[in-house]
Amino acid sequence: MADCNRKIDNVEQLNEIRERMKEKLKPRFEEGAAIHILLCGVAGCLSTGSLKIYEEMDRLIKESGKEKDIQLVSTGCMGLCAQGPLMVVYPDRVMYTHVKPEDVEEIWNSHILGGKPVERLFATESDGRKVAHALDEHSFYTKQLKIALKNCGVINPLSIEEFIGVDGYKALATVIKEMDPEEVVDLIKASNLRGRGGAGFPTGTKWAFAASQLERKKFVCCNADEGDPGAFMDRSVLEGDPHSVLEAMAIAGYAIGSDQGYIYVRAEYPVAVKTLNEAIKQAREYGLLGKKILGTDFSFDVEVRLGAGAFVCGEETALMTSIEGNRGEPKPRPPFPAVKGLFGQPTILNNVETYATIPRIINMGVAWFNSIGTEGSKGTKVFAVGGKIRHTGLVEVPMGTTLQDIVFGMCGGIPKDKAFKAAQTGGPSGGCIPAIHLDTPIDYENLIALGSMMGSGGLIVMDEDTCMVDLAGFFLHFTVDESCGKCTPCRIGTKRMYEILSKITDGKGEVEDVDRLNVLARNIKNSALCGLGQTAPNPIISTLRYFEDEYMAHILEKTCPAGVCKSITKFFIDKETCKHCGICKKHCPVAAISGDRKTDFVIDQEACIKCGECFKRCPFNSVLHH
Amino acid sequence: MANCCLENSESKALLDKLDEVIDKYKDTAGPLIPILHEAQGIYGYLPFEVQLHISERLGIPLADVYGVVTFYTGFNTKPKGKYVINVCLGTACYVKGSENILDRFKTTLGIDIGDCTEDQIFSLEACRCIGSCGLAPAVMINDDVYGNVSPDDVESILANYQL
Repeated sequence: MADCNRKIDNVEQLNEIRERMKEKLKPRFEEGAAIHILLCGVAGCLSTGSLKIYEEMDRLIKESGKEKDIQLVSTGCMGLCAQGPLMVVYPDRVMYTHVKPEDVEEIWNSHILGGKPVERLFATESDGRKVAHALDEHSFYTKQLKIALKNCGVINPLSIEEFIGVDGYKALATVIKEMDPEEVVDLIKASNLRGRGGAGFPTGTKWAFAASQLERKKFVCCNADEGDPGAFMDRSVLEGDPHSVLEAMAIAGYAIGSDQGYIYVRAEYPVAVKTLNEAIKQAREYGLLGKKILGTDFSFDVEVRLGAGAFVCGEETALMTSIEGNRGEPKPRPPFPAVKGLFGQPTILNNVETYATIPRIINMGVAWFNSIGTEGSKGTKVFAVGGKIRHTGLVEVPMGTTLQDIVFGMCGGIPKDKAFKAAQTGGPSGGCIPAIHLDTPIDYENLIALGSMMGSGGLIVMDEDTCMVDLAGFFLHFTVDESCGKCTPCRIGTKRMYEILSKITDGKGEVEDVDRLNVLARNIKNSALCGLGQTAPNPIISTLRYFEDEYMAHILEKTCPAGVCKSITKFFIDKETCKHCGICKKHCPVAAISGDRKTDFVIDQEACIKCGECFKRCPFNSVLHH
Repeated sequence: MANCCLENSESKALLDKLDEVIDKYKDTAGPLIPILHEAQGIYGYLPFEVQLHISERLGIPLADVYGVVTFYTGFNTKPKGKYVINVCLGTACYVKGSENILDRFKTTLGIDIGDCTEDQIFSLEACRCIGSCGLAPAVMINDDVYGNVSPDDVESILANYQL
């Protein structure tokens, strides 16, 4: 409250801050005398100790008395999570990876003071080469095009002024000063932006529905309930660039005639919640949220609401029911939320990444946005690439990029030279894409045609050691667990499917089970109440489509080709190739392996719990399974 | 302990805190879930008496409060251990073998998912993606995240919390 004087009353004042900050941020974008040390302070890097690195670097800067010339900034996600904690020194643009607190002094002495970068901490390319300027040279970065993630890893998410310095709130100013609400809706329509949360519904159309409603109270909601396991795109935007989301929500509020926004965010993301709340507080102090924004008659405010661990709340009607304080159960549509949504009022709901894209569209223009992507899918998409992949992390690529490019071109392929089996997109609602379709350009239509879907952007890579039947079971178990229970097809149908699948992985399946799965899948798809129920059978349908042979191996031969399904897998040691090193014995958690230098190593099948540790550990591939 | 938590004088302070929270959200649209979140922060879990108190103060039927509490996995009706172990079973962790890590925690601690050790030190949970897919397989103990965990690391991880 004491900071009323920070309030920005008009566009000129906003422009002043922008110019001042642009000058200050220069070293990060062009040249500059000052040194900026940026350190990823979220997600994986935070977990692996970036806070200690920050403190150590902060201490050295303070002790040297060079606070004016050297700026230390904790940023959002820089993307290459697999090599974190990450640090970038500007204006040299040198990226350091796997930084440990004890490395900080060397970076300080050698690079910051001495001007000689520390080579051993450079990022590692897929072929093992070290590259100094990873942001410009590493294949992980060079093929990316950042729109939604433009500010992530470049600015301090907790500084509204840094955000303003990278053209933050410029789009909002343009919209409320120079455009009518209808023009804004038309612009979003003309951009052909489609929802990044899953189904890909045209954002402009959604806004137009809500804008045409005559009710006086309307709501703008943001879906930050990133429930898809294996996805962390939204988390990264919220933690790395929260103001972009707030700015876009205010733009949406202006377009449809709403003065209140809600962000529904997972309670499992405490850092994101904290960052968002801080960003909202700053935006209010600066008068960019609240009453009479930038001296106009437009008022808009945002409130954060926490989820409480229910996957179904990612479905739009369930999310709104949950904000109202109820069990998050979906409602039949119509009425659509744009007509009758939160608290019975017209409401639009967009996902985090969709919002983060909007200010850029307004600043850069519709023509620019339409020049990126494919015919039906414009712009870029962020993917969280994980699983059996060398460079786990966050990538943003133009729509139409192939899976081959992402998995092998950017993310370095599969570790240990194992064979690529499939990539899974769309989480529990999606499906998998086998190796034969690696060359398909990724967009909404193509993924649907392959039996998967865009989803929110989780992309899990699987190699030869993944059992596709087990994976289908994993997703189905998830759905069974998370089914809200309101409609019968989802509540009982998914459970029955899971039971059949368990029978198959236990080696008790029969050929007819495949037909039973197909019939159930079709019925659930056609009759479940909400999108999550209707898509719940997708993992089964898609694995049956591409990997029926694996199902048949489980059913007819009672074996798991990947050696994952415990009840039908046996591990044994090949006497011919065993070198008697004893590593398997050492790592067996139940001491089921006997043998020494002179006697053969043998696995006691009674005691073995089939965890597969011996198989994974053996340096000579002498542990086999059937 | 749960039965008397709203009665003895020691618990009076907690109850006052809860009432403060209820007053804070009374006029908010859809106040129940924010209140339950903070109530769980105060008590560590949501015992029956707390649910009853919230129901009476908000004028929401107890059945509805109970319905909401049991719908969301984030709300607990049983107390938890001092350290809550969350083994991530998100897709990225799962394909990298997190189930074997969960199994090892179960055997080492002698408890199942959702249970708490007798000394109330550890409780074991399996969770859906903590968003640290870059570190898969990952385990979270309270706020500490452990990445690239193998079953063999379980004992040394636990040792950090055993004095």
